[in-house]
Amino acid sequence: MNFDLTQDQMMIKNMVRDFAEAEILPEAEHVDKTGEFPLDTFKKMGELGFLGLPISEEYGGAGGDTISYALAVEEVGRASGSHGLSYAAAVSLGCSPFYYFGTEEQKQQWLKPLAEGKILGAFGLTESNAGSDAGGTQTTAVLDGNEWVINGSKCFITNVTYAGVCVVTAVTDKSKGTKGITSFIIPTDTPGFRTATPYDKLGLKGSNTAEIIMEDVRVPKENILGSLDNGFKQFMITLDGGRISIGALSVGIAQAAYEAALKYSQERMQFGQSISKFQAIQFKLADMAMNIELARTAVHKAAWLKDQGRPFTKEGAIAKLFASEICMRACDQAVQIHGGYGYMKEYPVERFFRDAKLMEIGEGTSEIQRIVIARQIGC
Amino acid sequence: MNIFVALKQTFDTEEKIVVENGAVKEDGVRFVLNPYDEYAVEEAIKLRDEFGGQVTVVTIGPDRAQEALRTALAMGADDAVHISDESLFGDEFTVSNVLASYFKGKEFDIILTGNQAVDSGSGQTAVRLAELLNIAHISTITKLEISGTDVVAHRDAEGDLEVVGAKLPVLVTCQQGLNDPRYPSLIGIRKANKKPLDTPAAGDLGVDGASIGAKATVQETFLPAAKAAGRILDGDNAGRVQELVNLLQNEAKVL
Repeated sequence: MNFDLTQDQMMIKNMVRDFAEAEILPEAEHVDKTGEFPLDTFKKMGELGFLGLPISEEYGGAGGDTISYALAVEEVGRASGSHGLSYAAAVSLGCSPFYYFGTEEQKQQWLKPLAEGKILGAFGLTESNAGSDAGGTQTTAVLDGNEWVINGSKCFITNVTYAGVCVVTAVTDKSKGTKGITSFIIPTDTPGFRTATPYDKLGLKGSNTAEIIMEDVRVPKENILGSLDNGFKQFMITLDGGRISIGALSVGIAQAAYEAALKYSQERMQFGQSISKFQAIQFKLADMAMNIELARTAVHKAAWLKDQGRPFTKEGAIAKLFASEICMRACDQAVQIHGGYGYMKEYPVERFFRDAKLMEIGEGTSEIQRIVIARQIGC
Repeated sequence: MNIFVALKQTFDTEEKIVVENGAVKEDGVRFVLNPYDEYAVEEAIKLRDEFGGQVTVVTIGPDRAQEALRTALAMGADDAVHISDESLFGDEFTVSNVLASYFKGKEFDIILTGNQAVDSGSGQTAVRLAELLNIAHISTITKLEISGTDVVAHRDAEGDLEVVGAKLPVLVTCQQGLNDPRYPSLIGIRKANKKPLDTPAAGDLGVDGASIGAKATVQETFLPAAKAAGRILDGDNAGRVQELVNLLQNEAKVL
């Protein structure tokens, strides 16, 4: 067993940290305040190969492994949760479905520009009545000659306002239940496809999230991603991988909260000494350090399993669940250590606290993660 | 154009320095491409892109120093040379002589380096190298223009600006303000780590470490004394002045 990062992994982590501290951190507060999507920064990230980091070089990626990708998401998330979420979604939900399931032609047409950062991708799965129960999908696709006609709506779709392409799940055969769901590739400029005003959210305000409305959207017959009636299986696999990135993002946000709290506790003087000298504060910080260490190790373990081509469904769910819950707790305690100042916008922990909550909800709620784990352990 | 960059891997300036047993502790510390050398690498790549040719980066240092070379490769350098033979490690005198023996017999148009390394900070190695190679050098440049064999550089001269001319081949040392170094791309990092490095030993360079041993030795390494709280002197002005002079003479011993 070897816990050292490889030279590739170390250099990628260092480079992403340098980039994140210089280019992302300075605009983190701004995007949170205004809700502006940092499109220019994503262009730069695309040029530097961020958006295709774990995609092979033949499809325009950097050919990095999942551990490198997890390190990159953590570093981006440490600088800004909003950037981190949009980054994780661009790769895990934008690129991955094409990478895993696309035909060679679809990969050349869509994965390449996605991995090269020329366009952003989005993944339309969730509906107002089909959240954790994705089997309840109501969007439909009907074949009309050589075209599929898609009708329905999707909600909470990350990056979609700025996406060039969106993979959308729709019912193609109602009688088959979850085995009658198919994924379709829809260029976002297709007539009938539109996005509503982005949501006003609690946190991660600089990450774009919007509703999709599809009215008689017509796409060519060959725009099925992979094969017919495989949509449910495809998104289950996509979400398995996505959990690793949300775990990594949780570690990044928790790390930022911990660093801010440690620094503040060393500067804040009360009763004649810095509050870091009080055990009540020390124990909070020790718990944060411990939990972050364990969460990061769990994320890397799941990523490593994925890189080895081994099953990681259980480990991915464990990493996502543990990391997101300790992230929320770390941000809560970071605000507590800051006292009244922690509640004010002049300190960043207030933002971390709001950003953290989504980690326990997005790409499968904590409750769903427990169901996944329970099934895996044979309950 | 044959472009060379001599670079050094240095301690990250943001790392906390811990001195243990008379040496700076290196465990768990991040090492980086010397920030001034980043300007040299960036300028070298720009020259290559403008005039064609290739950029070769050279360093002397332990195994870990190859990371700095790979960073330069990831930024866009073409080839890298790592002199890791311990018999060739030493001070500025040693390193400039090793580099000189590397460059002898090589065709080069320009050698770029950082204006100084952020760890030792002596700023000697590059100018010594130019002297040994018997070529012109321009130090601490903030602008570089080459046309044919004519070189014009702006140099930062203690706050003043000097415009200096020279002919190729030339050695220049780079100062902040020269350019804005690019980030190594993630694809570049992956490719750089697959690239074989040229690793000449003392024999290949035709140099004997014993004859160019360090001229200087480090006697002691210590951290600056912790800054103490200020003191406010009491009493009337005449008494306070007298007390201040007394303290400067006898306690601080600066007068």
